[in-house]
Amino acid sequence: MSMSGFTENQLTVREAVSTVCAQFPNTYWQECDQNEQDPKEFHSALAKDGWLGIALPESILGGSGLGISEATMMMQTIAESGAGMQGAQSIHANVYATQPLAKFGTKHQLESTIPNIISGKWRVCFGVTEPNAGLDTLRLSTTAKKLPEGGWEVTGQKIWITCAQVASKMILLARTTPVEKVRQPGRGLSLFCIDLDRSQPGLELKRIKKMGGRGVDANEVFFENYRIPADSLVGEEDNGFKIILHGMNAERCLLAGEALGLGYAALAKAAEYARTRVVFQRPIGMNQAIAHPLADAYMKLEGAKLATYHAARLYDESRNDPSIRQDTVGVAANSAKYMAAEAAFTACERAVLTHGGMGYAVEYDVERWFRECLVPRIAPVSREMILNYISEKVLELPRSY
Amino acid sequence: MRPSAARLLNILVPVKRAVDYAVKIRVNPQQTGIDLNVKHSMNPFDEIAVEEAVRLRERLKDAVQSIKVVTIGPPKAAETLRTALAMGADAAIHVELPDTAPAPEPLGVAKALRALVQKQNEEAEEGGKIDLVILGKQAIDDDAGQTGQMLAGLLGWGQATFASKVDVDPATNEAVVMREIDGGSEEIRCRLPLVVTTDLRLNEPRYASLPNIMKAKKKPLQKLAPADLGVDFTPLLETLKVTEPPTRVGGGKVANVDELVAKLKEAGFTAV
Repeated sequence: MSMSGFTENQLTVREAVSTVCAQFPNTYWQECDQNEQDPKEFHSALAKDGWLGIALPESILGGSGLGISEATMMMQTIAESGAGMQGAQSIHANVYATQPLAKFGTKHQLESTIPNIISGKWRVCFGVTEPNAGLDTLRLSTTAKKLPEGGWEVTGQKIWITCAQVASKMILLARTTPVEKVRQPGRGLSLFCIDLDRSQPGLELKRIKKMGGRGVDANEVFFENYRIPADSLVGEEDNGFKIILHGMNAERCLLAGEALGLGYAALAKAAEYARTRVVFQRPIGMNQAIAHPLADAYMKLEGAKLATYHAARLYDESRNDPSIRQDTVGVAANSAKYMAAEAAFTACERAVLTHGGMGYAVEYDVERWFRECLVPRIAPVSREMILNYISEKVLELPRSY
Repeated sequence: MRPSAARLLNILVPVKRAVDYAVKIRVNPQQTGIDLNVKHSMNPFDEIAVEEAVRLRERLKDAVQSIKVVTIGPPKAAETLRTALAMGADAAIHVELPDTAPAPEPLGVAKALRALVQKQNEEAEEGGKIDLVILGKQAIDDDAGQTGQMLAGLLGWGQATFASKVDVDPATNEAVVMREIDGGSEEIRCRLPLVVTTDLRLNEPRYASLPNIMKAKKKPLQKLAPADLGVDFTPLLETLKVTEPPTRVGGGKVANVDELVAKLKEAGFTAV
């Protein structure tokens, strides 16, 4: 990757994070993936050196005062070290889900929760997606019912909840006003920061078997009259969707960074193999059928990289500069996520093909990255929904759904 | 004799920016040196030196009054100083050389460090004088392994080289240092002021944590020119040619001990 144009902070982050990642070789990630084993050592190594507080303000204990531009670089560096999506996802929510909490939480919520997340004592998961709502977040049906004696009772189902098996906290989005009674669009949902207490009745977790990144668990979570205290509510009641929206562009940037890391890792491995693998008495990289697709993958990654760090910078600047509209940030962040995911896919697929038969072997890592590179294409928003969004918001075409 | 007030230690740690240990070194096409357009980081032995200074403070608490790091090198060497500050040093000095300047040699570096120690100690108030210099036993780029010894000689201080354990007692003004020597280790007692050079087993350097990296940005970094120290870095040696070591030819595999012995005999080796 060309390093020009990055800020001193981004370069410092890259350098320091890669030192931590260097302790976790590819064999570690192969084992996590093959044995469905949580990379908890990796999570605690990053937590120990304070990295989970990277995108939190300095006013919060453990916050570094850096922004999404630096956090994106951190996620890219993690994925690029060979850790791939497993490494990124094992901490992703801990970096990102604390954002709405930091901005909208009460003083008590901040002080009792965030330091424990940054230090790695508690792990956190993000509970938004539901099986019957998909990307139509406003139709969420998991409800939190206010109890007369105080507190809430949660009932409903969440899906694709990453790290729920190892998390002790969940940032939960649930319905507090029935959809038919909601008068303003975007209201009726509330955000909660809750304990995932498995000893309490009404909570069940079911692990989902999946294609890649198997070290990091993904789950269905079932709530049935699960009690949570009154002070779990984050921000204003019925205003949870707005609060969540606030962090979505940031998450797109982080995901784009993760995809880039994956792509650059695969490309580096493929180029190394193409330089050294000799067939017909010459390195296979001398064949243009091998070299050109790799060159093509590199340029796609570089383009996506510029889009990604442009979006991250816009996001950070928009916090102090009201002239940068949230739509502008949204277009940039979604475009970046789209481009980075596609570039990563191109690079990972090419890396497997370059390795030929060896690309199919676990030992060469590229098959692992290839399986993982489908994640940024699908989540947190599908490529098709991004295309819809750009068609509608930028090109002013009529909405198709 | 009345007991003196608690003595305070001031530690200077010279560090060098070198080609990263993990980089595969390549000779440049002109054969005048190696390709320097690669990743650089702090010389690993200097990292051990910074770590040791920070650990001394962790053990001796307030008795370590200051830990200063210094580097002599191009503008980019400032990154190395920031790393040292993030590990726990208090302040940094950068003797800045232009990018085009040749790499300074051990004698030039030692003279500059002497000048720096003398300058600092003249300006320092009572109790603020540098009395311990900890530095790597060698840099992994030129492997000269001379700077520490030359510095001790120029300053007229004691030296404890190749340290694998350092205990300093500010109250008695003494240090006990375990040295790595051929065939084992040697324990020596030294009087301060002292120059210590670090060996690999002295400690395992920490990673800079994010909060400390952020704090390091606010720590003072003073820039000096060679002229400020009155030193001249003009090289005394001329590099004639740098070449790659000959490529090793792979050996053969033998099936058993008998075959191995036969091959050895064939090659002219005989049992003594």
